[in-house]
Amino acid sequence: MTALLQTEELTRRFGKLVAVDRVTLTVQAGARHAVIGPNGAGKSTLFGLITGAIRPSAGRVLFDGHDLTRRPDHVRARAGMSQTFQHSSVFTTLSVLDNVALATQRAAGRGMRMVRPAGRHATVQEQAARHLELVGLADRAAAPAGTLSHGERRQLEVALALATSPKLLLLDEPTAGMSAADSARFAELIEALGPEVTVLIVEHDLDVVFRLATRVTVLHLGKILAEGAPAEVRSDQAVQRAYLGDAVFDELFGAAP
Amino acid sequence: MGLSLVFGIMDVLNLAHGALYLVGAYIAVQFISDGAAGLGAYLIAGLVAALVGATSGAGLAAMTRPLVTRGHLDQALLTLGVALVIGDLLSARYGNDVRSVPPPDFLADSVALAGHQYPSYRLAVIAVGLLLAAAIHLLVEHTRTGALVRATVADAPMVRAMGVDTGWLVVGVFAVGAVLACLGGVLGAPVLGAYPGLDERALILGLVIVVVGGLGSVRGALLGALVIGQVEVLGVSVLPQYASFLVFGTMALVLLLRPAGMLGRAGPPR
Amino acid sequence: MSRTTAPPPILAPTAPARRALTTRGLVAGGALLVLALLPLFASANVADMLTRVLVFALLAISLDLLTGVAGLPSLGHAAPFGVGAYTAALVAKHLTTVGPLQLLAAAAAGAALSASVGWLVVRARGTYFLMLTLAVGEIVHVLADRWEGITGGSNGLAGIPAITLLPGGESVRLAGVLYWYVLGAVLLGAAVLVVVSRSAFGRTLRGIRDNEERMRSLGYATIRAKYAVFCIVGAAAGAAGSLWVAQARFVSPADLSFEISAMALLAVVLGGRGSLWGAAFGAALVVLIRDELSPQLGGRGPLVLGLVFIVAVYLLPRGFAGLRLPRRTRHRGDAR
Repeated sequence: MTALLQTEELTRRFGKLVAVDRVTLTVQAGARHAVIGPNGAGKSTLFGLITGAIRPSAGRVLFDGHDLTRRPDHVRARAGMSQTFQHSSVFTTLSVLDNVALATQRAAGRGMRMVRPAGRHATVQEQAARHLELVGLADRAAAPAGTLSHGERRQLEVALALATSPKLLLLDEPTAGMSAADSARFAELIEALGPEVTVLIVEHDLDVVFRLATRVTVLHLGKILAEGAPAEVRSDQAVQRAYLGDAVFDELFGAAP
Repeated sequence: MGLSLVFGIMDVLNLAHGALYLVGAYIAVQFISDGAAGLGAYLIAGLVAALVGATSGAGLAAMTRPLVTRGHLDQALLTLGVALVIGDLLSARYGNDVRSVPPPDFLADSVALAGHQYPSYRLAVIAVGLLLAAAIHLLVEHTRTGALVRATVADAPMVRAMGVDTGWLVVGVFAVGAVLACLGGVLGAPVLGAYPGLDERALILGLVIVVVGGLGSVRGALLGALVIGQVEVLGVSVLPQYASFLVFGTMALVLLLRPAGMLGRAGPPR
Repeated sequence: MSRTTAPPPILAPTAPARRALTTRGLVAGGALLVLALLPLFASANVADMLTRVLVFALLAISLDLLTGVAGLPSLGHAAPFGVGAYTAALVAKHLTTVGPLQLLAAAAAGAALSASVGWLVVRARGTYFLMLTLAVGEIVHVLADRWEGITGGSNGLAGIPAITLLPGGESVRLAGVLYWYVLGAVLLGAAVLVVVSRSAFGRTLRGIRDNEERMRSLGYATIRAKYAVFCIVGAAAGAAGSLWVAQARFVSPADLSFEISAMALLAVVLGGRGSLWGAAFGAALVVLIRDELSPQLGGRGPLVLGLVFIVAVYLLPRGFAGLRLPRRTRHRGDAR
C-alpha cells in the first residue's frame, strides 16, 4: 500500500506556542485513519495544515506524490482533498441541489462556463441528485439550504464533500452535536464508502473512532503520543494518562509503576 | 495633517462620516464670521459640534442596530442613505457656494519655523490633532473601556457572552466617532471652507486613511492618519498639482506590500 | 455517453414552475413591446429621458451582477463607466462616428481599467473591497479632472459629433432613433449579463457570495472567478458609458463622480440584489427621482433618494424584487 498523505516534521507555531510539533503522519491509501487527542492537542491546527487553511512554520505536506506544502487550499482540493467543516458550511441562499451541483460542476470542470444555463448541464445535475439520494436528502432538493435543520445540514456537508469524488476525505469532528442515532447513521455512511476514498477523521467521539478506524494517531500537546491499530492505542497507558490527566489516572489505576 | 488624524477613527464603516464632517464645517460657518473670530466663538462652535456629533452618533447607532443581523454591507448602505439626506439638507440650508471661515484671531498670523513661514493656525490644528490622537490612543489602549471596544471589534459575540452589553459600546463608539468628525469639520473650516461636495472629499480621505492603517485597528487608523497627513502636506507643498495622486499612490503602495494595511489583521478572519 | 436511466424525479420541473415562467414571459414580452413602440407615441423629451434611464439601467444591471450575484459590493462603478464615456468621446472626435464601434472601444476600455486594478481589488473582502473600489473610483475621477491634455480637465469634452449607425451613414439626430439604438444596445448588453448570471459560472458566483471559503475547499479558484466577473461588468459599464455620450454628446469628470457610483448602488439595492431585472427597475426609479422629481421639489432630489433608500434598507431587505405575490400552489419541495 502506498502512502496517500504524508506530512514530514510538520510544525506550526503561534508566537511562542507550538501548536503542532514536528508531526510526521502517514496515511495509507484506502485507510480509515483517525486522529484523536485531548483538547488543545493540536488536532484542528493539524487539520488546517493539511487542508491548506493554515500555513506551516516548518515541514512538508505530501499528497499523492506531490509536494503541496506551498500550494493554497483550492489547489489541494483540486488535487483530490475534500473536507467537511466542523460548523456546517453550506450555501444558504442556494437550493440544496444547487449546493451539491456546485461540487459536481467543479469536478466536471464546468465551473467557469458562462453560456449554458446552470440547470442544463445534465451530467452535473444528475450526479448532484444522486449524491443527495446517497445522503438521504433527495426530498429536500429544492429547499434553500438555509432552511435545513442542523442534522440535515450535516448530511449536506457530507454530500458536498463526497460530490467532488475525492481521493482523501478529511472529516473535522463530523459527529459533534449529533445524536446517537445520527452518529450511527453517519458511521454507516462512511463504512459504505469504497477503498478508492481514503478517510482521515479528527474526532472526539471515541465510539465512532473505534468503530470506523483502521489506524489511530494520538496527538498530545502538538506531538504524536501514540500510533497504531485502535486496540493497541486504546490500551496504551500513556494515552490514558493524557486523556484522564495524571491525577485521575493514578486514582483509577493506582500509582504508575 | 491634523485633519487626517481626526478622520482616522472609525471602527465600523460609517459612510456618513463625511456628511458629519460637513455638518461640523457648517457649524463653524454658522458661529464664526469675520467679526466674531475670537476664541469664544470657536469654543461655542466646538461645543455645538460635539453635541451634534454625540447625538448624531447615537442616532446612527440606533438606526443600524436592527440591521446587525444583516451584515456590514446593509449597515454601510444605511449610513450612505443618511449621508445623502444630511448632505442635501445642508445644501438646502446653506446653498451651493463655498463658504469660508476665518481662523481664530489669536492664530491668524504665521510663524517662522526652520526658514519657512507656517500659518499658526495649521500648526495649532496639528497640535490639537496630536492631542486628540494621544487621548484616543490612551483611551483605547489603556483603559478598560478601550479594551472592551477592541474586544468587540474582534469578537462581538464573545464580549456579549461575558455579560457586557455591546449595544451601549457601539453607541459610544459611533458617538465618539461622530463627535470627532464634527469637530474635525470645525477645525478644518478655516483651511478647507464649507461647500457641497466637501463631505465626499472628507469621506474618501477618511477611507484612504483607514485602508492604509488597516481596518479594525485603532492604532492603525492613527498611524494611517499620520502617514497620509504627512504625504498630503508634502504633496501640497512640493507638487500641488499631484497631491491627490501622492495620497492615493501611498495607498496603492501600502496595499501592494501589506494587503491588510499597516497594522490590520493579516489574512481573512477565521 | 448514453443515459440508460431517466434523470431522478427531483430534477423535473413542476407544473406550477412552468406556469410561473410563462406568466413572467408574458409580462416581459409586454414590457418590451411597450418600450419598443414608445417613440411613436411620446415626445422627444420623454424619449430623451427614457434613453437616460436605459443607459443607467445597463449600468445598474452590470453592478448587480458584481454586487448582487457575486457579492462584491462596489462603490466605484462610475470608473469603468466614465472611462468608457471618455473613450467613446475621444473616438467620436478623432476616429469615427460609428456608434457601435464607439461602443466596442468603450467596452474594451472599461474592461481594461477593471483588468488593471481588478487583480488587486478582488483579493479584498466585503467592506474592504467597498473601500478599495471607492478609492479607485476617486483616483479615476481625479485623473479625469487633472489630465487636461486628454480629458479636457474639469471642463470636459464638448462638441462631440452625433453618432452614425453605419460607416458613412447619416448622423442620428432624432431622439426617437437614438432611443432605439440605445434600447437595442442595452437589451443586448442586459441579455449577455443575464445569460452569464444564469450559467454555471453564475452559480459559481453565488456560491462565492454565500461562502467563499467553502468554494475554495471544493476546489474553486475563487479569485480568478471574481476577477473574471469584475472585468465583464467593467466592459458592460464601459459600453453604457458610450451610450451615455451618444446621447449627451458631452462628457466631464462629473460622469465619473462618487455620486454616480452611489446612485448605481442605490439602484441595485432598491431593485433587489441578485435580481437583474430588479436593478433595471431600481435604475428607473433613481433616474426618475433625480432628474424628473428633483426640479419639481426645488432640487431636493438627493434628499428624497436618501429617504427612499433608508426606508428600502429597513423594509425591503430584498429590494423590490423581494416583493412576491403570494403563491396559491404548494411549494415544490412538498409535492412528493
